[in-house]
Amino acid sequence: MSATPDTLNYDFNKPFLKTLSIYDWVFALLTIAGAFYAWNGYSSNMDGYEVGILFGTAITMVALGWYWKQSRTLMLSVAAVSVYAVSQYEPAVMALKSQGMDGREAIAALSSLVDKEHSKFLFKFFISSTSAVMWMSALYFFATATYFIALFVKSEFPGRVATRMTWIATAMGLIGLMVRWRESYLINVDFGHIPVSNLYEVFILFSIITALIYLFYEMRYKTRALGGFVLLIISAAVAFLLWYQFDKGAAEIQPLVPALQSYWMKIHVPANFIGYGCFALAAMVGVVFLIRNNATEGGLASRVLPQNDMLDDIMYKSIALGFAFFTIATVLGALWAAEAWGGYWSWDPKETWALIVWLNYAAWLHMRLTKGWRGAPMAWWSVIGLFVTLFAFLGVNMFLSGLHSYGEL
Amino acid sequence: MPPFFIEKNKLSKSVMSTSVKKSRHYRFSSILVEFLGSMNLAITVLVGIAIASIIGTILRQNEPYQNYIIKFGPFWHDVFVSLGLYDIYGAWWFVSLLFFLLLTTSVCIVRNGPSMLRDMRNFRTHAGRNSLRAFHNKAEWQASSNQDELINSIEAHMHDEGYRTRTKVHDDHTMIAAMRGSVNRLGYLFTHIAIVVICVGSVIMYNMPLKYALFTGEVKIETDNALPASKVPTESILTKDNPSFRGSVSISEGQSANIVFLNIENGFLIQQLPFDIELKDFRIEHYVSGQPKSFESDLVIYDDELEKPLETTISVNHPLLYKGYAMYQASFNDGGSKLSLRAWPLSDPKLETLDLQGEVFGKIPMDIDGKVYTIEFDDFRKFNINPVESETSKKKFKNYGPNFTFKLRDDQGQAREYVNYMSPIEQNKHFYLLSGVRSSVAEPFRYLYIPADAQGSVKRFMTFYAAMQDKQKVRKVVSETINDMLSGLPAEKRLEISDDMKKTTRRLVDIFVDGGIDGINKHIEKNIPESQRQKATTTYYDILRKALGNLYINILQKEGIDISQGITDADSDFFDDALTVYGNIDEYGAPFYLELKDFEHIQASGLQIARAPGKEIIVFGCVMLIVGIFIMFYIQQRRCWIWVGNKTGSNYDVILAGSCNRNERDFSQDFAKIKQRFAQRLGLHEDDEHH
Ligand code: HEM
Repeated sequence: MSATPDTLNYDFNKPFLKTLSIYDWVFALLTIAGAFYAWNGYSSNMDGYEVGILFGTAITMVALGWYWKQSRTLMLSVAAVSVYAVSQYEPAVMALKSQGMDGREAIAALSSLVDKEHSKFLFKFFISSTSAVMWMSALYFFATATYFIALFVKSEFPGRVATRMTWIATAMGLIGLMVRWRESYLINVDFGHIPVSNLYEVFILFSIITALIYLFYEMRYKTRALGGFVLLIISAAVAFLLWYQFDKGAAEIQPLVPALQSYWMKIHVPANFIGYGCFALAAMVGVVFLIRNNATEGGLASRVLPQNDMLDDIMYKSIALGFAFFTIATVLGALWAAEAWGGYWSWDPKETWALIVWLNYAAWLHMRLTKGWRGAPMAWWSVIGLFVTLFAFLGVNMFLSGLHSYGEL
Repeated sequence: MPPFFIEKNKLSKSVMSTSVKKSRHYRFSSILVEFLGSMNLAITVLVGIAIASIIGTILRQNEPYQNYIIKFGPFWHDVFVSLGLYDIYGAWWFVSLLFFLLLTTSVCIVRNGPSMLRDMRNFRTHAGRNSLRAFHNKAEWQASSNQDELINSIEAHMHDEGYRTRTKVHDDHTMIAAMRGSVNRLGYLFTHIAIVVICVGSVIMYNMPLKYALFTGEVKIETDNALPASKVPTESILTKDNPSFRGSVSISEGQSANIVFLNIENGFLIQQLPFDIELKDFRIEHYVSGQPKSFESDLVIYDDELEKPLETTISVNHPLLYKGYAMYQASFNDGGSKLSLRAWPLSDPKLETLDLQGEVFGKIPMDIDGKVYTIEFDDFRKFNINPVESETSKKKFKNYGPNFTFKLRDDQGQAREYVNYMSPIEQNKHFYLLSGVRSSVAEPFRYLYIPADAQGSVKRFMTFYAAMQDKQKVRKVVSETINDMLSGLPAEKRLEISDDMKKTTRRLVDIFVDGGIDGINKHIEKNIPESQRQKATTTYYDILRKALGNLYINILQKEGIDISQGITDADSDFFDDALTVYGNIDEYGAPFYLELKDFEHIQASGLQIARAPGKEIIVFGCVMLIVGIFIMFYIQQRRCWIWVGNKTGSNYDVILAGSCNRNERDFSQDFAKIKQRFAQRLGLHEDDEHH
């Protein structure tokens, strides 16, 4: 590993703030200004915690943007498009409401493929939440395929395209969520809530977060070879999402049950999904590891796939990050339960499975760290871990009942 | 390529060696400590807890024992009870698993903690030249400057790299040991101590003294769940001093309570509170779409220590904290609503209707032809918002209006459960009053669809029903109908058929009155040869329909309906529905139908009340856990050593080596940079580097 003069000049003794560019400052300024704008406009709907979360989020965004430069552009574009979409929505919905439609009908009409009379081109194809999510879905599918193509060709071009597509898909997903947030208020002010409250919404969240973590590692480790594999699980999530939407009508915005009306949801759910995303990524890297490990020397797999030690490293980092956030999520969940149900821990199936997932990865980390386990066993374990995680995420909702099913109060 | 490496962690090795030394002195205890603090035990315990937890989520917990007996049979039921599988998380072996987790983690901390703390301060200035050369990350140069200057600039450089240094002059060389990120070690301590803290907090919440009192029998679980609170013996009542509990109580609007019920195993205990809670009002708000939007209780707390009663409102996610007691909105149910009812007789048409006043949770005895029944009112619901699947597969909600649930117990003690709706419900454009019945809670309700008259009441049906039950009346209209039908025939034939027919119809009517249409079908099947069945059925029905139709028309006329233009479709459909219901009344099994005329809705709010002194401890533990994990993952402990010595002429050998306790890969990359910058700063050239 040799360092270029450029990295040498990396000013390890220069204060961090001096390493920031103009763009960094503009980005930070816009982010903080955005937070103040939101606070100014909506503080009457927020409690103290929510104001805290708003500014906390803004600060986290600035930190993330400064740390991971590529994410600045993502955040700014998502903000710009979302603000534009929302500004278009308000008058359009009002106009339809004055024709006697209710909010839900108005939103459906604007983005409808059949209703030629009311639909508007922009909403129909770009800025309604459903069309943004469609773009996200399609782009993730294409990106998956393109990453795989990039494995087999010499040229760098398809790889770069795949990366672009993943960025744009992620942006579209985020825009979809932002717009959906506003849509929930347009349907009925009472219905309004952050879109992380049901399976449809969290599947979008899962895809976005997994993609972001992947993009980070792609930048960090300078390899695109993992893209196809990681996006495979995102594609699976998207396939489920589409089925869920078309077969079950899950995309419809429903009001929140009383148990979910809390600021806790805003931090508990995203923290959980950072965990799930990391674990999913680690499992897919585990798959690559196993393929690579069993590949014949000089064969295709050993030529195009990264070295074992790099894979092992990514797997560890990802599980560590996931574990940290999953711990936060579980703790927050317990605190929330204490506030909403009167007890930290009721051994409700969802809670219990969260504990199982947590214990599983705690054991994984210990084996690696204290027993020095590496390689294939750990890769297998992280693949199995995905199934445990998947059960906690989906299986519990499907097969077991409990407080988290929100059937009752 | 060699098989992928499996490497023992350096730290755990060094920890091992210290305990081996000790073991010469304290054999047994050190073996025990070794065992308790071993990773293998820790992993086993973690996996054990995970597996037990899985069982607990698959096997439904804390259900009535009957359900389990039905599911598993008595043998396995007994086995499962003795293993505590129905309440796994409270089973002694599960609690001991948790205890073992606490123990191994504690032992682990005690064993590793001190050496880690030492490690944070220990710069390891004794590292030898050869061992540094054996490092994976290392570099060697020849430097020709003045030794003091050299050492100063090395120190300065390592400080710039963010390292702390300690310099030690040895006989033949100088060692500059550098270290950063030693806080990492605190991460280990934080994380693992946090586990212990959380466990301790939970044990405090778990309320050991109470468990002990239950064990010794000083406190006894009351198993008669029907016993009113005032009759519960004192050994099942916990005083205000009890520091930790979680229980629930249901308070009706306008009432107050100063106790909570703690559900334990198959019974309960009563916990006294040092204040009174009154429920002024309970509200459910709905979204426009019908789903519930909020559940709120207006509470008043009466406490001698308060200047004036404390009035507050609690709702889901917004509990009240008062004197360390937390009150949560947990559920709701009926609080004894008052019901105005009318009983319509079904078994005996001679009986009159009867107006009654009922109350949810109350009982009314009913004497019907000498048989005594008891109506036990169980519940009343003002709104019944149910999802309706529409064609577009989108979920819609529909309000079915008020209903009430009651049990009807006969003098043998046998009971059936009924649910009656107050307002008519539309189905296929017709309106019905629904009454569901079931003979056990395990079954779904089967509904009787009583057609509603124009006023939305059961009155017309009941009048018609009573008429149909009256054999005299029915016989009369039947013979009139037959005469009518025969009037078109020649006289001699008329006489012959008529006699025959009158006999049959008499039987027919009896059968119908007793068994409805179904009864007739059965009769035909039994008594008429197959070849003639078809014809007989049609004739029978024809006669019956005509006859009952006449009966029905009489009733319409009595209601004052003008039928000169024929009867309307609705009235004719009503007739068909009424005949269908007639046959089902037998199965309905009640001697009367209870119509809900009016109600006064009184609700009760289910509060969960907890006192949890371990709370702060647990929150503290959680924060410590999170902080610890982040420190452990994201602050790495890194060490560099710079060995300067072996002067030959004006040249010194300079050896730079580094190591890191995790993320070796990252460190190798960083080390490469450090190496380059180091060389640049000290004017060492690549050429000088030995490989
Ligand atoms: C539920 C219980 C436990 C949890 C959640 C937990 C968590 C962790 C975590 C997250 C790490 C860091 C892994 C890494 O950096 O990759 C760790 C390290 C470690 N754990 Fe645990 N642990 C638990 C119980 C135990 C027990 C019972 C022992 C003792 C037998 C133990 C011994 C260690 C050791 C020796 C390390 C390595 C520390 C280091 O090198 O810095 N842990 N633990």
